[in-house]
Amino acid sequence: MNTGPVMHLVTKNERRGAVEAAPARGLGAGAPTTGSQPPAPVAGGGLRRRGAIEFAAVTKRFGAAAAAVDALDLRIPAGSYCCLLGPSGCGKTTTLRMLAGHEEPTEGDVILDGANVTGLPPARRGTAMMFQSYALFPHLSALDNAAFGLRMRGVSKAERHAHAREVLELVDMGAFANRLPAQLSGGQQQRVALARALVTNPSALLLDEPLSALDPFLRGRVRAELKRLNRELGITFVHVTHSQDEALALADLVVLMRAGRVEQQGTPEDLFDRPRTVFAARFMGGHNVVAGLGGPIAVRSDRTRLAPFGAPGALDAVVRAVEYTGTGFALTLSDADAGPDHLTALLDEAEYRARGVAPGDRVGLTWDSADARPLAAE
Amino acid sequence: MSSSRPDAAGAAVLDAAAPLSPEAGIAARSRRPAVGPGAAPFLQAAPLALVLLLFLVLPLLVTAAVSLWDYTEFTLVPDVTLRNYREMFEGCLSGGACSTLRTYVSTFKLCALTLAVTLPLGFAVAFFLAFHVRSDSARTALFLLCTAPFLTSNVIRMISWIPLLGREGVVNRALLGSGAVDRPLDWLLYSEFAVVLAFVHLYTLFVVVPVFNSLMRIDRRLIEAARDAGATGRQTLVHVVLPLSKPGLAIGAIFVATLVMGDFVTVGVMGGQQIASVGKAIQTHAAYLQFPAAAAQSVVLLAVVLLMIAALTRLVDVRREL
Repeated sequence: MNTGPVMHLVTKNERRGAVEAAPARGLGAGAPTTGSQPPAPVAGGGLRRRGAIEFAAVTKRFGAAAAAVDALDLRIPAGSYCCLLGPSGCGKTTTLRMLAGHEEPTEGDVILDGANVTGLPPARRGTAMMFQSYALFPHLSALDNAAFGLRMRGVSKAERHAHAREVLELVDMGAFANRLPAQLSGGQQQRVALARALVTNPSALLLDEPLSALDPFLRGRVRAELKRLNRELGITFVHVTHSQDEALALADLVVLMRAGRVEQQGTPEDLFDRPRTVFAARFMGGHNVVAGLGGPIAVRSDRTRLAPFGAPGALDAVVRAVEYTGTGFALTLSDADAGPDHLTALLDEAEYRARGVAPGDRVGLTWDSADARPLAAE
Repeated sequence: MSSSRPDAAGAAVLDAAAPLSPEAGIAARSRRPAVGPGAAPFLQAAPLALVLLLFLVLPLLVTAAVSLWDYTEFTLVPDVTLRNYREMFEGCLSGGACSTLRTYVSTFKLCALTLAVTLPLGFAVAFFLAFHVRSDSARTALFLLCTAPFLTSNVIRMISWIPLLGREGVVNRALLGSGAVDRPLDWLLYSEFAVVLAFVHLYTLFVVVPVFNSLMRIDRRLIEAARDAGATGRQTLVHVVLPLSKPGLAIGAIFVATLVMGDFVTVGVMGGQQIASVGKAIQTHAAYLQFPAAAAQSVVLLAVVLLMIAALTRLVDVRREL
C-alpha cells in the first residue's frame, strides 16, 4: 500500500486562514463505518474527523502474570484528544502499544475506523506512534527522519522530501531540516518526532508520555501545540500520561486506568468534579476523601470551608501547615479523631485573613451537601 | 591536555566548588594539584607512555634507520643509502618484473578475500548475539565459544587443518565417498583458499566484537520506530541497523586488514610456502640476515597499512565509537 502520494497536509500558510483543508484518508482499506460510534464533534470548516477507535474486550497477558490489560472496552470518538491516565503499571502503555500494533492482544479486537486492525502490522493500521524520548534515527537529518516513513513506502526522493518539508513546516521545524538529531534541543527533537509520525498521514497519532522529557515551560508550549494540531488535522490523538494536569488540560476524553481496567472515563470535568471511586478521587487530586454516612465521600479542597471547632455537622481537624499559593492559602490538616489523615482546604485570601488560622489550631471542616460526591467503596 | 591550559588550576577549583555533574566532580578531584599544578595527569600517563616509547616508537625508529643501511652477505654497514628502497622497486617503473608489486597485489587479494568473508560473517554473528540472544549468560557463553580458536596454539591449530583438508583428509574422503567428486580436490590445502579459510577462522572474532559493541548501542526503540514507520525487517537492517553499525565494521576491518597484511606464518603454512605475501617477503630477508632490506620492506608496509587505516577512518567516524 502506498499512502504517500495521496497525502495532503495543512501547511503553515493554509492554517493561517480557516481550517478547511481536509486531509485525504490515509488508509486505502476499509471504508469507515462509524455507525456504532457516538457522533463525532463537528469541526469548523467541514474538516472530516477520522480515527474512531474501539477496544472490544481486549485482554493482554504477559506470561502467567496477572493481565496487564483486562477485558478492556473503550470507544474513542474520531478526531478527539484522548488521554490514557493512570499510575505506572496500570496498563495504559500496553493499551497504546496494542493500538499501535507493537503488542498483540491476547484476546479481543482493536477496531480503527470500522476496520478490525488486530494482527495488522503498525504501518497498515493508519496509526503512527511518537515514542517516549522520541527515538529519532541518529544518523539521519531532521528531513530524512521526517521522510523515513515515505521512504519505506518507496516514495521517490523529491516527493518524499517535499512532503517531509511540509510536515516540518507544520511543526515549525522547517529551518532545521538539515540538522542531525544530536544538533537539536529536546523540544526540537520532539517536533521532528512529531513530523515523522505525521508524514504518513495517520488517522490516529499515538503519543507515549510525550511531555515527560521536557522542562515545565516547554511542556506548556508543546501542550498547546499538540492541542492545535489535533484540532487542525482532525485526527484522533491518544496520549499516555501519568500526570492528571496534562490529562485535564488536553483531553476531550480522559480514561483513568487502574490495574488493567478502566476506573472511570469521561470529560476532564467529569473526572475531576465527579470522581466515582476513592481511587479516582485520590489520583485526580484536589479532593478530601472522608467517611460519609453511606460510605466514603469526596469533597473538593476548594469547596471545603472552615467552621468553628466542634460545630454541628463539621469534621473536627487540626491545622498542620499553611502554605501561601499566590492565589490563596492551602491548609494541610489532619482529622482530629482519626489521626493523621491528610486533608486540605484551599482558602482565598479574604477568608484566610478573616479566620487567621495557624498550625496547631483546631478547626471544623464543612461543605455544602451538593459538593459531596459519594464514592463507591474500595 | 587540560594541564597545558593556563586556567586549568582555576577551573579545577571552580569545578570542585560546584561540580556540574558527577564526572565533572571526579575530573576535578583528579586534577587537584598534588605535586605541582597539572602534573598529575602527566604522571598518570607516564607508565604507558614509557612502555610505548621503549617498545613501539624506539623499535620503529631503529627499523627506519636500519632501512637506510647498506649490507653485504656477511655484514651490516651503517650508512644512509636508498639502495634497499631502490632494489625493492627494481623493474617496477621500467615495466619489468616487479616482485614487490606482485607481492602487494597478492597480499591485497588475501586481505580483500578475508574481509569479504569476515565482515558479513562477523556482522551476522554479532547481530545474532545482540538482537536474538536475550539472556546475558547465554550471550557470554556464546562469546566464549567464539574465542575457542584462541585457546590452542597457532601451530597446533594450523597442523589440525591438514588431516581435515589434505588430499587424504576428512573432507576429500567424504566428498569421494558421497560421489560428489571422482578425484580428491587439491585446492583445499596449500592454496589461497586454505589461507583465507585460516584467516577467517582466526579473525572473524575481531569483527564480531566491535560490531557487537556498535549494535548493543542501538536504542531498541529505533527498531520499533522503524517498524512503526512501515519498514520491513530488511529495510530496518539496511536503513537503520547497518548505518549505525558502520563504526564497528570499520574498526573490525582495520583489525583484520592490519593482521592479514603483516601475517607470514598463516600464509606460509596454509599456502604451502607457495603464496607471496609482504610479511613472508620480510621474513625471508630477515632469515638471510638481510636486515636493511627487511627494514625497508617493513617501512613501506607500515606506510601502506597506515594509509589504509586513514582511508577507513575517512569513510567512517570511528572516534565516536571509542
